[in-house]
Amino acid sequence: MKKVFTRPKSLKSAPFHYCPGCGHSLLHRIIGEVIDEMGLQERIIGVPPAGCAVLAYNYFDIDMGEASHGRAAALATGLKRALPDRIVFTYQGDGDIAAIGTAETIHAAARGENITTIFVNNGVYGMTGGQMAPTSILGQNTTTSPGGRKEKRDGFPINLSEMLAIAKGSAYVERTAVNSPSNILKTKRAIAKAFQVQIKGAGFSLVEVLSPCPTNWKMSPVEACKWIDEVMTASFPLGVLKDFTGDKKDVH
Amino acid sequence: MAFAPFHARRSQSRSTVPKVLMRGNHVVAEAAVRAGCRFYFGYPITPQNEIPEYMSERLSKIEGGVFIQAESEIASIHMVIGASMAGGRVMTSSSGPGISLKQEGISFLSGLELPAVIVNMSRGGPGLGNIAPAQSDYFQATRGGGHGDYRTIVLAPNSGQELADLTFEAFDLADKYRTPVVILGDGMLGQMMEPVEFRPEIPIKKLPHKDWALTGAKGRPSRFIRSLILDPGEEEEHNWKLMRKYEKIAREELRWEAFAADDAKMLVVAFGTAARIAKGAVKRVREQGLKVGLIRPISLWPFPFKALRDFSKKVKHFIVFEMNMGQMVEDVRLALEGGGEVHFYGRPGGIVPTPLEVSRVITSQYYQKRLG
Ligand SMILES: Cc1ncc(C[n+]2csc(CCOP(=O)(O)OP(=O)(O)O)c2C)c(N)n1
Ligand code: SF4
Ligand SMILES: [Mg+2]
Repeated sequence: MKKVFTRPKSLKSAPFHYCPGCGHSLLHRIIGEVIDEMGLQERIIGVPPAGCAVLAYNYFDIDMGEASHGRAAALATGLKRALPDRIVFTYQGDGDIAAIGTAETIHAAARGENITTIFVNNGVYGMTGGQMAPTSILGQNTTTSPGGRKEKRDGFPINLSEMLAIAKGSAYVERTAVNSPSNILKTKRAIAKAFQVQIKGAGFSLVEVLSPCPTNWKMSPVEACKWIDEVMTASFPLGVLKDFTGDKKDVH
Repeated sequence: MAFAPFHARRSQSRSTVPKVLMRGNHVVAEAAVRAGCRFYFGYPITPQNEIPEYMSERLSKIEGGVFIQAESEIASIHMVIGASMAGGRVMTSSSGPGISLKQEGISFLSGLELPAVIVNMSRGGPGLGNIAPAQSDYFQATRGGGHGDYRTIVLAPNSGQELADLTFEAFDLADKYRTPVVILGDGMLGQMMEPVEFRPEIPIKKLPHKDWALTGAKGRPSRFIRSLILDPGEEEEHNWKLMRKYEKIAREELRWEAFAADDAKMLVVAFGTAARIAKGAVKRVREQGLKVGLIRPISLWPFPFKALRDFSKKVKHFIVFEMNMGQMVEDVRLALEGGGEVHFYGRPGGIVPTPLEVSRVITSQYYQKRLG
């Protein structure tokens, strides 16, 4: 019998620890498929963050080096500069990349580091129990924005990808989501493209993925997927924010 | 003496390479490159700027050489982590305030068991302090300014020549033990020009093979390097493993020097620049017939506890001289375990006393204790 569906080779057999309906599980699988399809397993190195995905090295069957909270882009810079012919990617949450690691990320993009960043935006600090993230939208209830995020008290959410698109050194920035089959396919294409950009040596590439966290959003997985469509995308619109790769008309 | 003095060991392997006159910061940078360092990440801060400046030029001319002026010391130490994970010999340098920012990364390097060399050309503190030479970062260097149970090897050179030699040794030690090594100098050592003889360059191919490095899982199972160990039993085992490594280092990597100590009735203990001043002071008082010697710890961690303890069987009076308010003196007291009297003399804030000033302190103590 022909196998038509199986676990990607670049994922280990360990079951994920993520909550039901969590976007991290989907994304791990998507990244695994892309690595397999592009034949990168033997030359890719991943940098997992502090965040719910901190144990990613237990799931990916590729070389991985763990970063401290927020420093993935700097660590990946060191790795990539030392091994310019390997593919290096970071996998970071919104707290990791858009709060504590903002400086490292912006400067990696500005330098045009040939690395790829997968930015998992779930609008909360998942791992530490659902506190407000730099990407929590106005009105969003979190454990540290009781009654909803208020701009006077909590400030505005940050659109890091838009900021990164401005950086001269960034080649490709796209925002996708993993809340529907078509968005999952788009996410997969975006990640493959980002790796392609890196292989070409075109500069910094980033895919921001709006990702459900049903646990901290206090929603069912289905409600969480709907919330991304109906609420979250208003603050974080999907689409290509920058494409200086020559593939398409440049979007900026 | 059971321990061969550091200088004696060094001179055996010395070839007849001509000496060059160089500034201390340049010496560290050149020695690093010759020791196989191909990756440097830093952020400007006085009084060590000549290190990144030299590295930027030198590494740009070597195939595979990488220099990045990072956006902060935090970023630079994490770039160090990345290049170290890739198996390279890697260095960063800074001074007090910048070293404070690097502490997060130094803790991670220790937990991840990654080799790296971190140079601190220290200056007056706390806070911004000033840019004059000081030794106020002894605690930070030897106690680990970062979180967790860890140790870093700390080497304290006192001359241009030792900056060269200890930089070489720092890279070897870092690789041998998979641990960060700190070179603790100061603004004086960094800025001073002295004649130096370099060891020959180590070809990159001759560097130790790292069978743990992340290079892509080609022809072997995939690897990961992590410091997160959620299971308390496993984390305890990891800490025991680190501890066993530190114990081995403490046994095998002690470095210290004794000067005029054999018949001494009083011993001065000092490191780095202060030891150099103290040596001048000891020579002065020796000319006046005072039986005073000098003990100079070269490795500040591991600290030569036993050597000092052994001296205290014959000598009961110690003067600790530091360019700070009294930091290493705590280790000296620990070493003596009450077996000797300790007088501390310190000048903080970037004041560099003369040998004459220190010799007066020695003389006054010597007669107060009725040793002469
Ligand atoms: C220096 C430091 N500060 C705080 C933490 C605690 N911490 C771990 S993960 C995290 C935030 C995780 O949120 P995010 O990056 O959005 O990832 P998620 O868990 O949502 O996927 C925090 C604050 C830490 N590990 N290190
Ligand atoms: S807390 Fe949220 S992000 Fe973390 S595993 Fe659960 S659903 Fe996923
Ligand atoms: Mg998050």
